[in-house]
Amino acid sequence: MSSIISVSNLSKQFKDTSAVNGLSFTVNEGDVYGFLGQNGAGKSTTIRMLLSLVAPTRGEINIFGKKLSTHRSEILRRVGAVIEKPDLYKYLSAYDNLSIFARLSGMKVTRQLLMKQLQMVGLGERADSKVRTFSQGMKQRLGIAVALVHDPALIILDEPTNGLDPQGIADMRNLIVRLRSELGKTVLISSHLLSEIEVIANRMIIIHKGQKMVEGNVAELLDPAHSLIQVETNDNETAKEKLKQTQWAAYLQEGSQLRLMMNKDAVPRLINDLVALNVQLLSINSSHSLENYFLSLTTLPGNVDPFAN
Amino acid sequence: MMNMLKIGMFVSYVFIALTGNAQATANVLIKTVSDKIDRVNNYEANGKMKTNVTFLKVPESTVKIYFKKPNKLKIKNEKGISFVPKGAVSINLSNIINGSKYTALDAGADMIANTKVRVIKLLPEDDNADVVLSTVYIDEANQVIRKAKTTTRENGSYQLEMTYGKYIAYGLPDKIIFTFNTKDYKLPKGVTFDFDDGTAVKKTTPDNLKKNQGMAEIIFDSYIINKGVPDTVF
Amino acid sequence: MLTLLRIELFKISRRPRTYIAFAAIAAIVFIFQFAFKADGENYMNLMLQSVKDTFEFEKVRAINGYFMCYIILNTLLIQVPILVALIAADSISGEANMGTLRLLISKPISRTQLILVKFAAATIFTILLLLWMAITSLVFSLLIFGADDMLIFRSKGDESQILLISRDDVIWRYLAAFAYATVALTVIAALSLFLSIFAENSIGPIIATVCIVIVCTIISNINVPIIDKNVKPFLFTSYLVGWKGFFYIATDSEGIPIKGSIENWPAIRNSLGILLLHIGGLVAASVIVFKKKDILS
Repeated sequence: MSSIISVSNLSKQFKDTSAVNGLSFTVNEGDVYGFLGQNGAGKSTTIRMLLSLVAPTRGEINIFGKKLSTHRSEILRRVGAVIEKPDLYKYLSAYDNLSIFARLSGMKVTRQLLMKQLQMVGLGERADSKVRTFSQGMKQRLGIAVALVHDPALIILDEPTNGLDPQGIADMRNLIVRLRSELGKTVLISSHLLSEIEVIANRMIIIHKGQKMVEGNVAELLDPAHSLIQVETNDNETAKEKLKQTQWAAYLQEGSQLRLMMNKDAVPRLINDLVALNVQLLSINSSHSLENYFLSLTTLPGNVDPFAN
Repeated sequence: MMNMLKIGMFVSYVFIALTGNAQATANVLIKTVSDKIDRVNNYEANGKMKTNVTFLKVPESTVKIYFKKPNKLKIKNEKGISFVPKGAVSINLSNIINGSKYTALDAGADMIANTKVRVIKLLPEDDNADVVLSTVYIDEANQVIRKAKTTTRENGSYQLEMTYGKYIAYGLPDKIIFTFNTKDYKLPKGVTFDFDDGTAVKKTTPDNLKKNQGMAEIIFDSYIINKGVPDTVF
Repeated sequence: MLTLLRIELFKISRRPRTYIAFAAIAAIVFIFQFAFKADGENYMNLMLQSVKDTFEFEKVRAINGYFMCYIILNTLLIQVPILVALIAADSISGEANMGTLRLLISKPISRTQLILVKFAAATIFTILLLLWMAITSLVFSLLIFGADDMLIFRSKGDESQILLISRDDVIWRYLAAFAYATVALTVIAALSLFLSIFAENSIGPIIATVCIVIVCTIISNINVPIIDKNVKPFLFTSYLVGWKGFFYIATDSEGIPIKGSIENWPAIRNSLGILLLHIGGLVAASVIVFKKKDILS
């Protein structure tokens, strides 16, 4: 399975605020990749960097195996995006909006093709209505049509269910699932709701204050048997290095703290191994499930993302 | 005392005799010129007019000049716009010498461009007339006015210089140079935003013109004399 | 690039605010024409007040199509920058405000291309605006008032002048003047575009453009030697009225205008050069700033 997005050590500094800090992650072909974080965690900044709206302060982004900084146009030709609200030209019709963005993506458009696209999102009959007359849900559907019209391989959706009614949210979820299962698209979707990511994504990342907290398969991460085990030693760094040489490496989480995502039942074994590795154990905390852990993040103060809603 | 009186009477006599004689000569000459001019009841002439005034930059224009006795005169630019000096109506010579009652005084002889002329001063009898003094320079041989200077109370001085050719028999000139007084032209403040191209104002006034003097020159090509001019043109 | 330009022009053509400018011009021109048709003689009397005793003059003929166009342009070309700013200042900020900028930037078009296309579209709008001005103020005036010799009232230093240009020597001057005005107004378009990069709604850059134009115009019209020499040459507004230079006809030694001539072509050429430098500088600055800008809106 090839990687579609590969981000390494990505950082963005806005004046004296660090929005994203040393973020690395990989999105594989065919993934619906959930990008989870509280408002202000740095999701939007990261997505904007993926779309070259914001220049990274440090780090590298590779999409389709090519560096974004040098192959921008080539990459963006194969990317479709809905960034926050699906803002479009309100004084133009749905058809004109779709036509404009299709052409900007380098497509040769025909009326038939555009109408088909509009019908797909249920706007066939409103093709010639001005966008200003549309409801939020209709705008969102048109935004999706705009993102998909040029048949992109990668679709980036930034909080796509924001402002939608329950039916709209359900429609959006179905669409994303279809994009992956029927059309084989790779989707990166950001959200501040774990419940949303959990039903549509196969892989996910949680970021907090611009840093990665956990990354992995959704099924594994949300397995009730899995807990986030926080270990405190007299020297976390050394302990981490030692654990990397063992079978525990697969469960280690990134970040400055020593954390492992693992089955709670295996904790006694972990303690034994740490002792065997000559690590002085100060405390061990295994009370968090991922859901609880994520909830605890959302209650923390401090917004670092300038796009926080 | 008696002697003194005699001398006084003699001087008075000589003065009266002399001035009376001068007046008579002048009157005769004026009458001759006037009679000649009087033969023209009306005319229509084609000509070219050039204006030279410091503030006025206008091209040479083709004009038609219409005249009808006693003093109707109109300069018309058929093809464009012309600035016609208001005093230019006095190029109607009869206006000068037949205009109002005056006292004519012979002021001796002079030369204009190798032509001997007699200088005659015309003093209006009406003390309130705008014209204070006119001086005409008459070519006695051809019985035409070569030059006329008019000083007015309100409008400064005018000067006319005439050159004659084909129409000398009618006392009509081929060329007139009209010199007149102008005021400074001032645009009302703030009506234009002008492009300042950084150049100085170019002096285009000839040296022989004083400041606030303008000049108009009319060269006549042809006259149609006494064939009638409708009143509507004036 | 051409597709991008077509899209940009399509968007401009579909915005109601585009037509405000055209309607405003038509309204102003119509008011002028109506006023002069009704009472032009009074205007002439005012302009010729100081020489009315010296000259006889056909005022009605002087109020002809050519003269009207000059009078209208004289007034309108001071206001038109606002109309140009209305569209050009919206170029980037309007997209930012609508939220479409991030969608635009995430498309496979470079930011340089986008700025150049926005500038080209603003320039085309400016040209169309001037073309509309030419139609309304020149063609319509000629239809209403007819053609005749053209009168120019000019202040030059402390002196005032009246210039008369033969009617067959006018049209090329207008063509040149409109071409010059296009360049001059394109500076405004470039300035508005530059300012629009920094804002997230179009009101700010529109007001900023108008303020800059007003302040600089006022400074350009202050007649103080120290400003004349040290400030005016560096203000683009000093060159905005350079189109009038094409109507300042050269005269011979007797003060007679020379047909087909311009009094000071080098001054016009230099002004054009300075305006073009402004355009180049502003567009280049726009590209540089925009390329580095993080799209946060």
